[in-house]
Order: sequence, then structure tokens, then C-alpha cells
Amino acid sequence: MRILVVEDDRDVAGFVVKGLREAGHTVEHVDNGRDGLFLAASETFDAIILDRMLPGGVDGVRLLETLRAQQITTSVLFLSALSGVDDRVRGLRAGGDDYLTKPFAFSELLARVEALSRRGRAEVPATKLAVADLEVDLLSRTVKRSGQKIDLQPREFRLLEFLARHAGQVVTRTMLLEGVWDYHFDPQTNVIDVHVSRLRQKVDKPFGSALIHTVRNAGYMLRAE
Amino acid sequence: MTGVLWWSTSHLLNQTVDSAIVTDARALSVYWANGGEAEMSQAINDRMLGDIDDVSIYLLADDAYHPKIGNLLAWPPGVDRTDVYYEFPIARAGQRSVVRVRYWDLPNGYHLLIGRDVQARAQLRDVLASSLAWGLLLLVGLGTVGGVLVRVVLARMLANVSVTARAIAAGDLSRRVKLSKRGDEFDELAVTINDMLDRISRLMDGVLQVSNAIAHDLRTPITRARARLEDANRDDASVESLRSAIDRATSDLDGAVAVFQALLRIAEIESGARRSAFATIDLVPVLTDLAELYEAVADESGKKFKLTLPPLSGRAHSAQATLTTYGDRDMIQQALANLLDNALKYSPPGASVELRAARDGTDVRIDVIDQGPGMSDADMKRATERFFRAEAARNSPGSGLGLALVQAVALLHGRDLALSHGNPGLVATLRLPRAKLVVGEDGAAQPNAPQAKAAHV
Repeated sequence: MRILVVEDDRDVAGFVVKGLREAGHTVEHVDNGRDGLFLAASETFDAIILDRMLPGGVDGVRLLETLRAQQITTSVLFLSALSGVDDRVRGLRAGGDDYLTKPFAFSELLARVEALSRRGRAEVPATKLAVADLEVDLLSRTVKRSGQKIDLQPREFRLLEFLARHAGQVVTRTMLLEGVWDYHFDPQTNVIDVHVSRLRQKVDKPFGSALIHTVRNAGYMLRAE
Repeated sequence: MTGVLWWSTSHLLNQTVDSAIVTDARALSVYWANGGEAEMSQAINDRMLGDIDDVSIYLLADDAYHPKIGNLLAWPPGVDRTDVYYEFPIARAGQRSVVRVRYWDLPNGYHLLIGRDVQARAQLRDVLASSLAWGLLLLVGLGTVGGVLVRVVLARMLANVSVTARAIAAGDLSRRVKLSKRGDEFDELAVTINDMLDRISRLMDGVLQVSNAIAHDLRTPITRARARLEDANRDDASVESLRSAIDRATSDLDGAVAVFQALLRIAEIESGARRSAFATIDLVPVLTDLAELYEAVADESGKKFKLTLPPLSGRAHSAQATLTTYGDRDMIQQALANLLDNALKYSPPGASVELRAARDGTDVRIDVIDQGPGMSDADMKRATERFFRAEAARNSPGSGLGLALVQAVALLHGRDLALSHGNPGLVATLRLPRAKLVVGEDGAAQPNAPQAKAAHV
């Protein structure tokens, strides 16, 4: 992926850029809104990581609004120290695709940015998702593995669907909580782990090989071996 | 005021004189009509004789303004218009006096001048004017003296208040306004001010306490992280131990961040800014989803979980029960998640946790019931304070902010959180305002005005 990072804090930017490059992405970095707007409008990126408070007269929200006004639909992830519910809403309303609060774990940022790349593509609404011998039929809402039907509760189906849509990508617990349950807070207990473990009982255990993998310090990934 | 009084009085006096003059003139003109000059002269003579007070002025003059009869020696100079009253000083019977006169033209070029001696009236007017002036002077004088006196008294009374206020402004919050024991309005004011100061002082104590708690609760994980990192920085540390130290330090810092987040969230809720996101929502799916989320957790740890929703109401058209409130879905979810987190955390294996919702008058009542160790009465009172942790809970993970957040959410919705004994365990009762969901003609659900009580946030 080609990613633009607009972030004025040198340490944070350095950390993000280094991490993204190590993960195999091409990264451009600017430290102010004006340059960010110029680059975002003149070159093509798969995703933009955007700080909200930026020097140079153009803050993150203004930058994004200007981009969207020019019909530039590059996926944007806000990275901000503004953590209020309203701040988040304002960022998303301005056209942001995701919102991550500082301080953050790099694995969370990476997972979310990689998830954005999917969203950016003009995808034909899929009716079926397939990972190895697992088939998720989105229309009939049925799941088969090795041709064998698996009975899932509605929520379990949505959990598996979310993992399947991001097959091959890391999905964090917070992403699941937001994407599957639409909860925007962190419960104290390990609720997500419990639900993923239940799903494994049905999807992986009877078939001998695991498709749902735990990624240490990050989250989960659905992939063939 | 004085000016108006003076003017209206003298105007009234003038009017009385003027109307007397006109009446006199009308009566005399009748004599002229009856018998001409002779008849009128006779009448004038009679009147002059009958005028015991000697206040009337008459003068009948011919076409050359030579006096024929009357008590003026000559036609007064300057009197040449018939439509106005003249007023001038004259000397009569050796005395200075003031007269007010008017004259009329008679047939044959004769002129009749009628007037009144207004010396008495002028004197009255002067007396009035001077007494009014004196009155005014006295008033101003008394007013000034009174004002000064009141000021001195007030200043003495308020000096007490202002000394206290100044001391408070300078930072001495222990100062209070002294009472005079007279029980007057100033004492009432002093008592009110003292009550206010007590409240401010309590709030300040609260802020101080929270600041100390923040300092403590944030210092602890940061200290731990720092110690781990410093320890890992020794020369003989293996890569393995370095990694583990960094991981643990990171999770310590995440803990500190979580405390921050929770504090900010509570502050955000308490500021009331979230009310803009209020909407009419059905709590049944909210509760069902949460129950589903936590049932798995309970199951995993060998505990039982039960969701109890109100029975279907007979009038409901749809088969689904509704439990409608007017509020912020995210906040309500988070509050209930906190209560369920707590209930599961403190329940021993094999115990059951119940989430129960019911309509209760104008409220929706949601109980989270556990069979854990419960809480003492003293702890219950303080449980919703920020950073408060019951002694029994000291050793379990947690920030002591969970119930504070639930309480803030309840207050945001104009209701409250109540804790009670479950025998065994704890019952946490969150109340929310009930709202009616009106189904419009197009079948769409429309929110009705919520039955919200005044919010105290």
C-alpha cells in the first residue's frame, strides 16, 4: 500500500513511518496540513493517516473536507489526541473512514490501515466469501466448511463475516467490538476473546485445522494455514 | 417636582383672578347696554364703594384714554391690547402694590379697564416659592446626611463581608463571615455566604481528593513501568527478559491511559455535552445484545447469566416488547457494561448474575444482581466517588472509576444509580426516563416527548 502520513510530532511520525515500512508499505510523510493537502490532492495513495491538530493553518478536519470537496475519496484514518465522543463523530462526519485515539498501539494502527485498503477499492458487493475450505454465504447467511454446514448464531455469523471480509489481515479486538457489536468502549473483561473462542469451537475444532489465528499483541486473523 | 407644584399653584391663582375679571366685565357691560356711560359709571362707583378689601381696579376712559371714573389716576402706559392680561406694579394709597388688569373696548370709543390687586397673591406666591425652595434645600440636606449615615453603617456591616471575601480570594478558604447575633438581614446574608463558602470548600476538597487520587493512580503504573524499564536496562539483561520487561511496561502505561480515558469520559458526560446526541431508543435490543455478549463470558468462567425483560404488554401491536427511553445509546451501553463487568468480576464460580429490566412508573428500572461478596453500607455510600475502591476489592484489577461513570450517565439522564443488598451480593439499580414510542400514520416510529425530570448535571 502507498500511505501518506500527515503528522507533526517527529517521534510519533518516525515510529509510524518505520513500522509501516517494515510491514511492507510505501510511505510518504509530511509534517503540516498545507503540504499534506498538496500531496494528497496531487498524488495517489491507498490510505492517509491524518493527525487532527496540525501546524500550518490547515488542520486535519479542514484538510479532509477540502479533499472530499475535490472528490478525492482516498481512505482516511484520523490519528488524534482528541478522544471525546464528539471529536470522533466530527472526524467521521468530515469524511474520515476510521478514528484512532492517541496513545495507540502500533498493531492497532497497522490493522486498521490495512483494513482501510479493502474499503477503498470499488468492490462489487460480494455474495460469498471463501477462505480455504470455508465458505460464507452472505445472502442465505449460511456457513460451510469442507462442504459441511455449520450452524451459527446470528452474532457468531457476523463475527465470522467480519473476519472473512478481512481475511489475511489482522483484526483487533477493538475493531471487532466496533464492527460486530457497534460498541465504542472497552469492556474490562475479555469478552471478545470469549466469543472468538466460541466461534473456534464451531468453525475450527471439528475440522482439525485452524483458520482463525491469534496474532500476539494484536488480535485475530482468518487465513488458510 | 417643586417646580411643578409652584407653577401649577401660581397658574391656578392667576386663573381665579382672570375669571373674576371676566365675570365682572360681563356684568358691567350689561349696565352699558341698559343706560350707557351714566349707568355704568354708577355701577362702577357702587362696586368701588362695596369693595371693602380694596382689591378691585376699575377705570372707565374715553376715546382719548382720559379717565372718567375709577380708582386709577391715569390710563396705565403700555396697556394697548384687549386680548391679554397685564400685570404691573403701581402705587396705590401710598403703598406699592401689583395689579393684574385687562381692558375691553366699549361703544363710542370708551374703554373699560378691570383689574385686581394681586399683591396678596404675589406674596402668597413668593411665600410658596421660598418655602418650596427651603423644603428642597432641607430635603437635599437631610438626604445627604441620611445617605452618608447609611453608607457609614453599611460600610461597617459590609466591611466584615469584604474582609472575609478578600481573605478567601487570597486563598484562605477557612475564613467565614462573622455573625452579629442581631439576626437581621445582614446576618441572613452572612449565613448564606457562609453556606456558599462551605460548599465551595467541600468542592475544593473533592477536587483535591480527586487530584491526589489521580496522582496516585497514575503514578503507580508509571512508577512500575519506569522501574521495569530501568531494571531491563542493566547490562546483563537477556533479550528475552528485555522483551518481557518492555511488554509489561507497555501494559502498565496502557493501564494509565485507560484511567485517563475513563476520567475524560466521566468529565465529558458530567459536562452534559452528550445531551445533543439524545434520541428515543428501545432498550430491549440494547439489553439483549449486552446479555448475549456477557452470557458467553459468564459461561466461560462457570457462572450463570440470566436476562429478564418485562412481559409483553397486552396493547402492543407488535409481538416484541419495547422498553423505550430517551437518551444516549453509547453511554447507556457503556454504563450497563460497567455494571455487568463488576457483577461478573466479583461473582464466585457457580453463582449467577441477573440483568433485569422493568417499567417502573415514569422510569425504566434496570437491575444488575450478583451473588458476590456485596458491599458494606459505608462502602455503598462512597462507591460512586471517583477512585473509590472497597477494601475487599483492593486486590482485584480495576480503577475505581466504573461506578462513577455509571452514576454520571444516570445523572445525565436525570436519574440515578442506587446500590442495595442482594442477600447475598449486590443489586445495582440504574434508572432511566421512560419515553413513549408513538407509531405514526406511516408506520414509522416517532419519539414522543420524554418524561424527563430535571437533570442535575
